Amino acid sequence: MPSLKDLKNRIESVKSTRKITKAMQMVAAAKLRRAQEAAEQSRPYTERFNAVMAGLAASVGGSDSAPKLLSGTGSDKVQLLIVMTSERGLCGGFNSNIAKLARSHAQKLQAEGKDVKILTVGKKGRDQLKRDFGSLFIDHVDLTEVKRVGYVDAQAIAKDVLARFDAGEFDVATLFYSKFVNVVSQIPTAQQIIPATFEEEEGAEPSTLFDYEPSEEAILADLLPRGVATQIFAGLLENGASEQGARMSAMDNATRNAGEMIDKLTIEFNRSRQAVITNELIEIISGAEAL
Amino acid sequence: MADTTQFDLVSPERRLASAAVTAVQIPGADGDMTAMAGHAPTITTLRPGVLSTEGPDGTSEYVVTGGFAEITAAGVTVLAERAMPKAEVTADDMAALIKEAEEALAHAKETFVNEPGPVDDAAKLLADMVAVGDHIRI
Repeated sequence: MPSLKDLKNRIESVKSTRKITKAMQMVAAAKLRRAQEAAEQSRPYTERFNAVMAGLAASVGGSDSAPKLLSGTGSDKVQLLIVMTSERGLCGGFNSNIAKLARSHAQKLQAEGKDVKILTVGKKGRDQLKRDFGSLFIDHVDLTEVKRVGYVDAQAIAKDVLARFDAGEFDVATLFYSKFVNVVSQIPTAQQIIPATFEEEEGAEPSTLFDYEPSEEAILADLLPRGVATQIFAGLLENGASEQGARMSAMDNATRNAGEMIDKLTIEFNRSRQAVITNELIEIISGAEAL
Repeated sequence: MADTTQFDLVSPERRLASAAVTAVQIPGADGDMTAMAGHAPTITTLRPGVLSTEGPDGTSEYVVTGGFAEITAAGVTVLAERAMPKAEVTADDMAALIKEAEEALAHAKETFVNEPGPVDDAAKLLADMVAVGDHIRI
């Protein structure tokens, strides 16, 4: 049976934990709003970009002269997994979910006899994958110092990836990130970025006949590398919003659990205090009776 | 008064402009072009340059690098990798862009030793950047 003093200390410590988790929740809520705004701001660009690319890809894609970024290298032997996670923990299952998806994907590819290479963005995912796939890591991008993800960050990653592609280091690249649905739900997603794939838009209007300047092929060749950066940027932003959303709900749970624990400890504390008082009274009374 | 067309300028990070304009002057890869209402549907890539618009609300100018412009019956959409209002561009910004282009050229020279294509492209990019820098300093 813990002493009264022990209990009191426990209650105090849980109370301060609750204060911290509560503060973290509120910070995450503010950051989430900003992250969501950033994601929304980038949406028009991404949507238009993909729509134009899809149109171009459809018209040029079939020909033999199609760029490698679109048609692929003709093989899928070497697979690059770009795993994007957060730099900080305490955000529930956010990082584990992405790592889990990447892990199962990598195991599946290995079972098929493919070579797997992994590039990590964000140190939490790196830590989780290190034990199983440490030997497959080819690079790591550290965004600890970056306060607010900008397009330049995505460009830097894209440049690195494209340089590796040009050097023939891999055939297929897949991006792993978490799609933000709402505060309680983030879906870990795998998206193939090289060779580029485009979702068919539902109910897309019949495409207008465009004049292309310079040629369609030249435009496509110019835009495909930018497309990689755009996809990575969109992934980073989704990830940012997801991370804050996950942290917010994780911290909300933590705050609630701390509250429950405080209630339980307080009841225990009161009981033992009453027991002590009763004991003292019995001692006094029996002492008086003995006289 | 001339017909207006919808003009949108978006960069990956934000939407810079969305307005009704009478004319948009676009620094296209094959040369400048001015798009007005009723222009034939066109897609062109951009070279670094100054994009200017004329409209009922006056004229505005933006420095854009990389990306493309899409001219449709519905309007003109410019997707630029980097875009900022001309007034906000500082000498430091330009210096950074030029330095980047210089590095790209040096890199291209190293990687594609006997292929003039990419090297020429990078050299042109640098020349365009420098030209923009000179242009906005006036």
